[in-house]
Amino acid sequence: MAFYIFRRFVNYFFLSLIATCLAYVVSSLALDPAAKYYGRNPQPTQQTIDNILDGLGVNPNVPVLQRLWDWLVNLVVHGSLGTGVNGVSIGDQIISRAGVSLRLLLIGSLIGALVGVTLGVWGAVRQYKLSDQVVTYGSYLIFATPTFVIGVLLMIAATALNGAAGAQLINFTGEYSAGLSGSWWDLTLDRGVHLLLPTIALVLIGAAGYSRYQRSVMLDVLSADFIRTARAKGRSRNSALVRHGVRVALIPMSTFFAYSFGTLVSGSIMLEIVFSFHGMGEFALNAISQSDINAVAGTTLFVAILILFSSTLSEVLYAALDPRVRN
Amino acid sequence: MSQTVIEPVSENADASTEPLLQIRDLEVGFQTQHGVVPAVRGVSLTLYAGQTLAIVGESGSGKTTTAQAIINLLAGTGKITAGQILFEGRDLTALSAKEIQDVRGRLIGYVPQDPMSNLNPVWNIGFQVEEAIKANNVAQGKAARERTIQVLQEAGLSDAEDRLKQFPHQFSGGMRQRVLIGIGLSARPKLLIADEPTSALDVTVQRQILDHLGTLTRDYGTSVLFITHDLGLAAERAEQLVVMYKGKVVESGPSQEILANPQHPYTQRLVAAAPSLASRRIQSAKTAGAGGEAIFSEGSLDATLVARAAEREADAAAKDLISIQNISKLYRIRTKGLKYNELLAVNDVSFGIRKGTTTALVGESGSGKSTVAKLILQLESITSGQIEFDGQDVAGLKGAALLKFRRRVQPVFQDPYGSLDPQYNVGNTIAEPLLAHKIGSSKERQDRVRELLDQVSLPWATRYRYPSELSGGQRQRIAVARALALKPDVLVLDEAVSALDVLVQGQILNLLTELQTELGLTYLFITHDLAVVRLVADNVCVMQKGRIVETASTDEVFDNPREAYTQELLAAIPGGNFQFGR
Repeated sequence: MAFYIFRRFVNYFFLSLIATCLAYVVSSLALDPAAKYYGRNPQPTQQTIDNILDGLGVNPNVPVLQRLWDWLVNLVVHGSLGTGVNGVSIGDQIISRAGVSLRLLLIGSLIGALVGVTLGVWGAVRQYKLSDQVVTYGSYLIFATPTFVIGVLLMIAATALNGAAGAQLINFTGEYSAGLSGSWWDLTLDRGVHLLLPTIALVLIGAAGYSRYQRSVMLDVLSADFIRTARAKGRSRNSALVRHGVRVALIPMSTFFAYSFGTLVSGSIMLEIVFSFHGMGEFALNAISQSDINAVAGTTLFVAILILFSSTLSEVLYAALDPRVRN
Repeated sequence: MSQTVIEPVSENADASTEPLLQIRDLEVGFQTQHGVVPAVRGVSLTLYAGQTLAIVGESGSGKTTTAQAIINLLAGTGKITAGQILFEGRDLTALSAKEIQDVRGRLIGYVPQDPMSNLNPVWNIGFQVEEAIKANNVAQGKAARERTIQVLQEAGLSDAEDRLKQFPHQFSGGMRQRVLIGIGLSARPKLLIADEPTSALDVTVQRQILDHLGTLTRDYGTSVLFITHDLGLAAERAEQLVVMYKGKVVESGPSQEILANPQHPYTQRLVAAAPSLASRRIQSAKTAGAGGEAIFSEGSLDATLVARAAEREADAAAKDLISIQNISKLYRIRTKGLKYNELLAVNDVSFGIRKGTTTALVGESGSGKSTVAKLILQLESITSGQIEFDGQDVAGLKGAALLKFRRRVQPVFQDPYGSLDPQYNVGNTIAEPLLAHKIGSSKERQDRVRELLDQVSLPWATRYRYPSELSGGQRQRIAVARALALKPDVLVLDEAVSALDVLVQGQILNLLTELQTELGLTYLFITHDLAVVRLVADNVCVMQKGRIVETASTDEVFDNPREAYTQELLAAIPGGNFQFGR
């Protein structure tokens, strides 16, 4: 087992390395970090621009493989991902932003998965009944609505609620109220309130997807022989479904859950922008729009690690649910 | 032979006692888009306490639906549309969901058909048995655990205590079936419904399990409603027989009477088609010189046997078409890490097959018989030894020579559902080998398909149909037609009729015999069913654990088996010694 895990992590190391190097090379070829300096007034001298670019390690006059090598050496020797165009270390920026993103995504996708799985099981058991139809059409509606529209609609609803209550019950701009001071509890509560709307949006989107998958997997399991056998033992229909059906139906979902979590970072760009959260999604978008090669490479490394972590998570979940793949 | 027919139990209930189970005019329908399709149409039967009653019929006859209706666990959209099911005088069809739930398991136990799919793969065995015990309130807590061990031990798993934490995939098919029997009997029900409990198992395992089930139910005084498609099994295991056909009961009464003297035409066909030790090799209608129905007639048999014997002697000097010398196959199975286990699947096997004859390769699953087939077909490489086909060593064949060999040796596989591409219509399926070997023009291929469909007795119109629209028997005919498309000399039939109902099985066996006479084919017939061997084979090789333990002519093996293992296999044939009324 230890050997297996070791081999797996060696594998992961090379996969992340390849992904990051490719991202570095592609962004170096596609982005022009010098462009924004030419637009400045007064325009800096070529010498100044070259000095800045050399300092960042992104001067297009240096061969791209040479720059990649320097970047990797710097990463290995100093543990640094380089410096962004704003002069701040990429590593520091990622650490502060990853916290924002992960807090939002972890809570949102976990609750979304739970709600979706429950709705899916419920829909399968009550197939074609009114409640199933409502859940089905509801999830189609959410699928068909762009993320930012959901965000804006939630904001309108929250504003109406605040107006009706005559007080600022729900805050939805930024991660916390600027300038708020108080006890640890007050600060945490404030952050929680700010998390509310984007989390609801994530839960809605997640639940819409999970409920469809879970419903179809559960429908397959419902007609399984062992469910009938469990009922022939004398169990009630509901307890047979819960004890024997749900766990089996969760097995394929574990893979789906883990991988969709890994790719959520890119998917949540829109939500972070709508709700003014300064997370990884916004960071990735800024990196590209500001031609920040180091930031693009750093973001790619972060996402690669997240996805590989998710793949490990999916296998752990799978083995926990299904004894046949253990050993 | 040790196995004898069980005498009718003397304590058969007299008419004065109330029946345990009485089904009256039961009708079950399935709701479809085109209205209700009836599956059970007016079935009545009576079962007394302590009795065993078997429902016999082919697949689709409604026997399983009848059984599931009793405990109201009909599949999908099934509904009881009329009739009564009286259990100890109480109408089960009128019970509420809660009440019938109380009957299930506690009063009526159920042993399902397929041990592979009826245990939940993600829960351990102990949990799944304990669940039955707790659900029926037989015992709770620690007592339930002890009872679980006891139930499993009674079902024949002596090391139950150590195996509670194991999962179904760590059990063999036979062990899983024992677990299911344990679950069915765990609450000591008054009635046990056993729906084809051993159809998925080898004959020897089947016999052990049915013997055990018989002992348990006799000890507990449990009545058994036994559902099977196997007439021999029914004759051997049940006192009462109900024959179902297309949702109706066509005949019922004491087993021995029905089998010895079947009244209904369907029962007569069923009895005639049931292979047993008593039957003889099928003769081609042309060889027999009589009509198609005379296949089993005793009159023409002796004459043809004599003729065949003479023929065989004349051919004695002839060379074998396939000659297998000391072949072995070693598989390396990866275990933990980098370690390997070696498995000698085929161990020093030698035999020969003469042109135009049928050699049967018999054994339990895991005996290596299918591996031998794969080696002969050159689908796997041999580890050592030599296979000669028509005087040529086949191991070294490559490219064009291998293609030529493939043209002459064709396989037919077990599962007619899995071996046909669902997206290919019948015409394309049969023409595919011709296309693959680039034989003939489009027109010529079409003609060949017509000829082949004719040979396997299917209408020309079948060519546009898809496998899902055909029955199992029709599909197996297509598989045979496809194998014949290249005009091969040899057919390797790997359990080719094992998945089929007796009647269909009989038809395919007849077809194969006709084709053999007509086209001079050589068959290697692989099966676990000795009764079928009797019908088609000239020679038999019995395999056990990768070795051939006995090789002889069919008559020698059946009349005078030399090896203990062969005798065991013969004894395990259900209803083996039963005299069918033919």
